[in-house]
Amino acid sequence: MTTHYLVLSALLFVIGGVGVLVRRNAIVVFMCVELMLNACNLAFVTFARQNGNLDGQVIAFFVMIVAAAEVVIGLAIIVTIFRTRRSASVDDVNLLKY
Amino acid sequence: MEPAKIIEHSGGVIGVSWLLIALPLLGAAFLLLGGRKTDKFGHLLGVATAVASFVVGVLVFLQLLGFDPAERRRAVPLYDFIPGLTKMGLLVDPLSISFVLLITGVGSLIHIYSIGYMAHDPNRRRFFAYLNLFVAAMLLLVLADNYIGLYVGWEGVGLASYLLIGFWQHKPSAATAAKKAFIVNRVGDFGLAIAIFTIFTAFNTVSFAGVMESGADPSQGTLTAIGLLLLLGACGKSAQLPLQSWLLDAMEGPTPVSALIHAATMVTAGVYLVTRSGAMFFPEGSTAAIAVTIVGVATLLAGAIIGTAKDDIKKALAGSTMSQIGYMMLAAGIGPAGYAFAIAHLITHGFFKADMFLGAGSVMHGMNDEVDMRKYGGLRKVMPITFATFLVGYLAIIGFPLLSGYFTKDGIIESAMEYSSTLGWLAVLGAGITGFYMSRLVFMTFFGKKRWEADAHPHESPAVMTWPLIILSVGSIFLGGFLIVGNRFMTFLGPAVGQPEHLPSFHPFSVPGLVTLALVAAGAALAWFKYGAAEVPVTAPRGSFLTTFARRDLYGDALNEALFMRPGQWLTRLAVFFDNRGIDGLVNGIAAGIGGTSGRLRRVQTGFVRSYALSIFIGAAILVGAWFVVGNL
Amino acid sequence: MHYWLSTLIGVPVVGAIGVAAVKNELRAKQATLGISLLVLALAVAMAVQFSPNGDKFQFTETYDWVPSFGVHFGLGVDGIALVLILLSVVLVPIVVLASWHEAEGGKRSARTYFALLLVLEAMMIGVFAATDVFLFYVFFEAMLIPMYFMIGSYGGAQRSYAAVKFLLYSLFGGLLMLVAVIALYTIADKGSFMFSDLVGSIQDAGTQKWLFLGFFIAFAIKAPLWPFHTWLPDAAAQAPAGAAVLLVGVLDKVGTYGMLRFCLELFPAAADYFTPLVLVLSVVGIVYGAIVAIGQTDMKRLIAYTSISHFGFITLGVFAITVNGASGATLYMVNHGFSTGALFLIAGFLIHRRGSQYISDYGGVQKVAPILAGTFLVAGLSGLALPGLNSFVSEFMVLIGSYETQPVYAIIATSGVVLAAIYILWMYQRTMNGPTADSVREMKDLNGREKWVLAPLIAVIIALGFFPKPLLDVINPAVKDSISQVQHVQEASKASVAQEGQ
Repeated sequence: MTTHYLVLSALLFVIGGVGVLVRRNAIVVFMCVELMLNACNLAFVTFARQNGNLDGQVIAFFVMIVAAAEVVIGLAIIVTIFRTRRSASVDDVNLLKY
Repeated sequence: MEPAKIIEHSGGVIGVSWLLIALPLLGAAFLLLGGRKTDKFGHLLGVATAVASFVVGVLVFLQLLGFDPAERRRAVPLYDFIPGLTKMGLLVDPLSISFVLLITGVGSLIHIYSIGYMAHDPNRRRFFAYLNLFVAAMLLLVLADNYIGLYVGWEGVGLASYLLIGFWQHKPSAATAAKKAFIVNRVGDFGLAIAIFTIFTAFNTVSFAGVMESGADPSQGTLTAIGLLLLLGACGKSAQLPLQSWLLDAMEGPTPVSALIHAATMVTAGVYLVTRSGAMFFPEGSTAAIAVTIVGVATLLAGAIIGTAKDDIKKALAGSTMSQIGYMMLAAGIGPAGYAFAIAHLITHGFFKADMFLGAGSVMHGMNDEVDMRKYGGLRKVMPITFATFLVGYLAIIGFPLLSGYFTKDGIIESAMEYSSTLGWLAVLGAGITGFYMSRLVFMTFFGKKRWEADAHPHESPAVMTWPLIILSVGSIFLGGFLIVGNRFMTFLGPAVGQPEHLPSFHPFSVPGLVTLALVAAGAALAWFKYGAAEVPVTAPRGSFLTTFARRDLYGDALNEALFMRPGQWLTRLAVFFDNRGIDGLVNGIAAGIGGTSGRLRRVQTGFVRSYALSIFIGAAILVGAWFVVGNL
Repeated sequence: MHYWLSTLIGVPVVGAIGVAAVKNELRAKQATLGISLLVLALAVAMAVQFSPNGDKFQFTETYDWVPSFGVHFGLGVDGIALVLILLSVVLVPIVVLASWHEAEGGKRSARTYFALLLVLEAMMIGVFAATDVFLFYVFFEAMLIPMYFMIGSYGGAQRSYAAVKFLLYSLFGGLLMLVAVIALYTIADKGSFMFSDLVGSIQDAGTQKWLFLGFFIAFAIKAPLWPFHTWLPDAAAQAPAGAAVLLVGVLDKVGTYGMLRFCLELFPAAADYFTPLVLVLSVVGIVYGAIVAIGQTDMKRLIAYTSISHFGFITLGVFAITVNGASGATLYMVNHGFSTGALFLIAGFLIHRRGSQYISDYGGVQKVAPILAGTFLVAGLSGLALPGLNSFVSEFMVLIGSYETQPVYAIIATSGVVLAAIYILWMYQRTMNGPTADSVREMKDLNGREKWVLAPLIAVIIALGFFPKPLLDVINPAVKDSISQVQHVQEASKASVAQEGQ
């Protein structure tokens, strides 16, 4: 029963991961990260239900809060970058290198 | 007879015999620190301390004479020098007091002479400071009651010699000669130092008394090693083969220095060392003692041969010094039968050689510092006192009957004959050559025609220079007979160094003695025909192979250059290269390697976020994979 | 409870802050000189109360620092540390006076230079006085910082290269030592870093060897022992003369001091095991340093290489494991500080006048500046261990002490005596003798300040040459104690060999 949830979670995680790796648009990358976080949330909730305790549920809430905070800062950065560079592509933001 | 026991002493003049060293040392310190302010009286102060030291020496000598002969070895403890290693103290005994009287006596005369000789030198004060320093160091050398104290004096005289050879250090040749003397001496000191280490390890003490009375019984090999190492030290200081090369160059120093240091006193320190250590490390017939005699004979011949070919008056005298010290070494190697003759010859040599060196200085003083004898000639008329005193010294050194050198050198030859006839006859041969080269020197300088440079106006030197000459020549006449006849000196020295069971009796007309006289006469005659009666060319003729051989100091310098200097320079260059490129290259190479690797590695930081993300994924995958693998094990 | 040592460390630290705060440059210099003289006076007052045959460590002070790890701020001195502290506090005022105008062309202000000097003084006292191994390590590393800035900001043309090389090389060694310090703490399991708790706590010979190496490599770099020496010529040649004096005269002694104090006492079995290796390195260093010194063209580099040769003598004496050898080595550390210090300072005066470090740019200086030449000669003769000057006593003791147990090494080392004569006298001849070079014709002799700098050094050089007893009386008992551990190991191994033979 829980296996299905876990498989779905893994699937969402992989989709998100591949999205992060292959997409250039920062917004999409960002959404993929959200997808991965939510995949994790799903796994946490599933395990919580399976084990019959609340630990996983609590962690899911923490993840959501962290994700929300991250969205705020991340979007702010993306907007700033877009303002200066007229692009939202992550490959254009490569000044911080060797 | 074995040397007498050493008794601790306090009180009397002997109790304050440290004054002997302290007086000239203070003089030197005062003159060096006082600076230009002491220029006016510096020379007088220098003379005063030397003379004062001589007076103390005489008083010490008189007190020593008051003791029973068997109680004439007095140790005067001073202070704890290096705790755990050695105390510093003085040993006043017949051997050291003989040296003290020679050093301070001849030293004072040379100090007085230098007032005149250095009168026009702007640095005369410094010269006297160095002379005082030398006297102090030399006295410490002969008075110290232990080998470390001796070593301090030993290197101290080396320093004084360095400073004085290089006194006119603005001349590159003088500076080089000074440095060479110091370095060659250091090679000898290397041997002396290791000898002292071995003595300390074997006897657990370095004091003469301690070594003599120590119950330790080191192996024969150890004793031989100590003896040979001491001999190496003696060779360095006394310019014996193979460390002879510095002495001829040392003649760059002012002439009083050559007289005091490089003829009368310092160069005889090797003989002192061998005699002082004789009973302990050079027992009769031991390997070390035989080595001493061989070195002595080889040097007495080498020095004589070099003396025959030199046109530089000081270098000819220097060759002669080498040769005479060879005689002393030969005698010192023979054992108790020879010690007294070695030291007696050392003392008379101190007189007549100082006499001749100062005479040579007087000649140079009158001849604008010309040293080439080919530009002298006929000086006996313009410098009568110098000539007369020089002549006395000359007759003494060639062994003219009844003069000092006759008694002492003959004693050496006689005892060498008894020891080994080969060595004895070689010593006789050396005496013959001495007769030739000394006569050559005298004829070229004082006889024949004038060959002076145009601007030379030779004149007799002032009284302050001639009086020391006169006193020295008096010594050159009578001292030898006084010491040798009736074995006076041998019985005096006996308690300090040991003496043979049967005292030798003096035979005026023994076979070797007559042969020696004949050879000397033949040498002198040959010199007369070549340099007295015949015309002496102003420029030196090319000469045969043998002449060149002698002129080039028997190729000693060439040998040193080929064996040590060139390979040394090459080694130095190699070492510097190796250090810069090899070791430092490795260090810098490692640094550069790390830098280069980092430079390449940082290229991984492309700045593309997605590649970072990929590496995070791969890393996470590897970790998870590893966890699975480890978990399933 | 005494506060001598903490006062000695505290006064220069507080002084440094004060000096850095003073705006007027001359006032800052005068204050530095005053503070360093005050420290000297305090140290002398402390030293006269030292009783050579009393406790091993005296004037001890111990405060908890990091109680959870057993780290203490523990201070105390034995005879060895005491003479080295005296060396440091004597040299600092001399260096201050010698550096009066030295820092003026530097990247930072002269005030900073003098403040750094005082900080360095505090560190030097601390490193010798530390009785806690961790505290020793802290001072050992902290010492680098002021020296790094003194070379890097006030040095010659290649100063940053030299400063970085010095810092990295020393840090590398220091980190190895840190590993060994922590391992020592863990393995000994005494819950304390105090030296007295750790002595004898490691019995296993294999463990000792590893820990020994950790400490030894750090000290060998610091000393520096061949082949870890190449940073020294660079650092010494680029450092201002005053800093070079403290670098070679005192800082490097921490290495040889550490060998004697930590390597021998903490790891006696390993010290015995590694003795042949260390002796080979020492003897190679003696001969090699001397030969390379002969070939140098730069005066300061030449002096640095002579020091490498001298450090070989010191380690030879330490690892000869005889009282004479180790006492000689300790005395050598002090004497070398004075004689090489004098050489560096005089070379600095020369270079300041002529503006070149190259020997070939000089010649015939004796004629125009006889006092300068005279002091140079005395310092040089002390460097070649002329009897009657300080270095002779220590060199002779080292050689005689090593000859007792290691005759072959001692004989090879003695050849350094001949080589020393060559490098010193040849340098003297090329700079001071011969016809006066045009470039030095206008050279001035020593001025009053410079005479005051050199007079105490020369006086000490001569006094210790004739009368080394006061120092040796302090050093000998401490050294006996230091080497006794290794001697026990040697006796035990001899006894076991003898038993097997039966």
